[in-house]
Amino acid sequence: MLARLTSPRFLRAALPPASFAVLLAAIFYLQPRAMSYFGMNLMLQYTVPIALATIAQMFILTVNDLDLSIGPFVGLTACIGATLLSGNPALGVLALAACVGAYAALGALIHWRNLPSIVVTLGMSFVWLGIAVLILPTPGGTAPAWIKALMGLKVPFVPFPIVAAVAIGLIVHFALMKSSYGAVLRGYGGNARAVGRAGWSLLKIKVVMYSAAGFFGVLSGLSLIGLTSAADAHIADRYTLYAIAGVILGGGEFVGGRVSPIGAVIGALTLALTGSFLTFLKISPDWQIGAQGGILIIVLALRALINRREG
Amino acid sequence: MTLFKQISQKAWIWSFLGMFAVWLATAIYTGGKGSADVISTALSFATFTVIVGIGQMFVITTGPGNVDLSIPSTISFSGAVAMKIMGGSDALLAVGLLVSMGCGLAVGVFNYMLIRLLRIPPIIATLSSSFLVLSTAIAYGRGLKIKPPPLLADFATAMVWGVPVLAVVIILFAVLMSVVLNRTLYGRSVLAIGQNPRAAWLAGIQVERIRFATYVLSALMAALCGFLLSGFSGGASLNMGQEYLLASIAVVVIGGTSVAGGKANVPGIWGAAMFMFLLVTMLNTFGASAGIRLIMTGLIIVAVITIAGGDKPQR
Repeated sequence: MLARLTSPRFLRAALPPASFAVLLAAIFYLQPRAMSYFGMNLMLQYTVPIALATIAQMFILTVNDLDLSIGPFVGLTACIGATLLSGNPALGVLALAACVGAYAALGALIHWRNLPSIVVTLGMSFVWLGIAVLILPTPGGTAPAWIKALMGLKVPFVPFPIVAAVAIGLIVHFALMKSSYGAVLRGYGGNARAVGRAGWSLLKIKVVMYSAAGFFGVLSGLSLIGLTSAADAHIADRYTLYAIAGVILGGGEFVGGRVSPIGAVIGALTLALTGSFLTFLKISPDWQIGAQGGILIIVLALRALINRREG
Repeated sequence: MTLFKQISQKAWIWSFLGMFAVWLATAIYTGGKGSADVISTALSFATFTVIVGIGQMFVITTGPGNVDLSIPSTISFSGAVAMKIMGGSDALLAVGLLVSMGCGLAVGVFNYMLIRLLRIPPIIATLSSSFLVLSTAIAYGRGLKIKPPPLLADFATAMVWGVPVLAVVIILFAVLMSVVLNRTLYGRSVLAIGQNPRAAWLAGIQVERIRFATYVLSALMAALCGFLLSGFSGGASLNMGQEYLLASIAVVVIGGTSVAGGKANVPGIWGAAMFMFLLVTMLNTFGASAGIRLIMTGLIIVAVITIAGGDKPQR
């Protein structure tokens, strides 16, 4: 029993929930009043958009790529949501579908020309930002009422962000980890050539994964304006970093298709908490970004220790 | 004919062709008015992109996955610390430069330690460390409004016959780095590692030592850029490094250095940096809005990498 509990495999899986629990315990210790329905709701309110952006990044990492444009992309979809979607729903839906289509096309382009995803997505981050600035030059717009109503949902006993996060995690878990095509998709990250030899279309895998990332990016942007009710081109610039950090905190690997949707959602929850934690610690806002980097490094160091034991 | 063939095979030629095309388009649109001034302004601004671009080039050349994302924070950090130490006094100029280089050294060593000890991809390592560096810069430089020493400001903005002095210095420096890349043991080792790290190791190259030197070099270049840039723009600001993340990678790629590693060239960085600046100038003269400028910049980078891409990592 003890051997099983100290095996690297178990430790690695336990790291994300453990870091979340430690952080939560520390917050309750610092500020006991946070331990309430209202307190939790407030602390975790931005979990949903962060979790959705994290899942989007996870899809890209599954096929051994990295998306440095997910933040501006979420910002763009937020701008579309707060302008086109509330003014002219049909046109709004069309524009959001075009966004997903653009991601699919990027996946195809990256596969076709064997391009480095960092350079392509770094370039695209300017394109997303530019379009967002054209759509909404100054902060403003209004979120459609139904999104606001959805995000303001009150669930008895358990705060809505937690319910939503668990639902997102489970849905993606079953799609990516339990379905047979999900295994093929993850196999691309492990050994693309072998998957190709087995007769699967590598182009299709890339396109599917990039479309999925685009789709979750759209959801992230929409859920974000449901909380803020207005949008701005720069509203989600930090989401690029949040999404990468979320996947890593959740135990995802950078290569090899070893990812975990549930872990990614827990990583997003942990990230949403760090902001409150640092505020309760009375750390000056100057050090907020640095502390997030620090937490990331600590988790990575713990994982490196566990992996070393595996040998 | 063979001369033409020879030139067209040089990877850096395309960035210079792009530069001339964009400049010519601007000159035709304005009827040739101020076309010389445009070049001299472009030289001034491209200088800073070239400085960080050279560091980034060495990092990218060591192979796939090697990118330094901590350049922007290092620029802000080094600029803020140097300005505070010097306090606007010419007498402390040398001290300021030394401290600035010290900041770069510290960031470079820290980056490499993360990569080596935590065994994480350089992208993630430099990203995490950039958070810490940026926070340090913010906390240290809060409300920082210190003018650079007059001597530094004069040097960074000096012009002789319409040619920026700093640009000339950095052109000479680029020539030196080109020699380092192609003719020294260090440069050849970087290329060898980029082509095949295992073969390089078997051939007796100290792979880890070279990678260490490369990350330190990149951070030193970023620190130097921060030092000179705060002299150029009348003081350090916390977001002054921001635009150099994309710029440093873009000039390397557009300049004809292979993202798969193992193939690099320095002249292309100059051509690409000039091209990037002249492109924005052209869009400005055409009266394009901020949104259009962003879209065009992004699309051109994607287009260039699409055309240049396709070469598989040599393995």
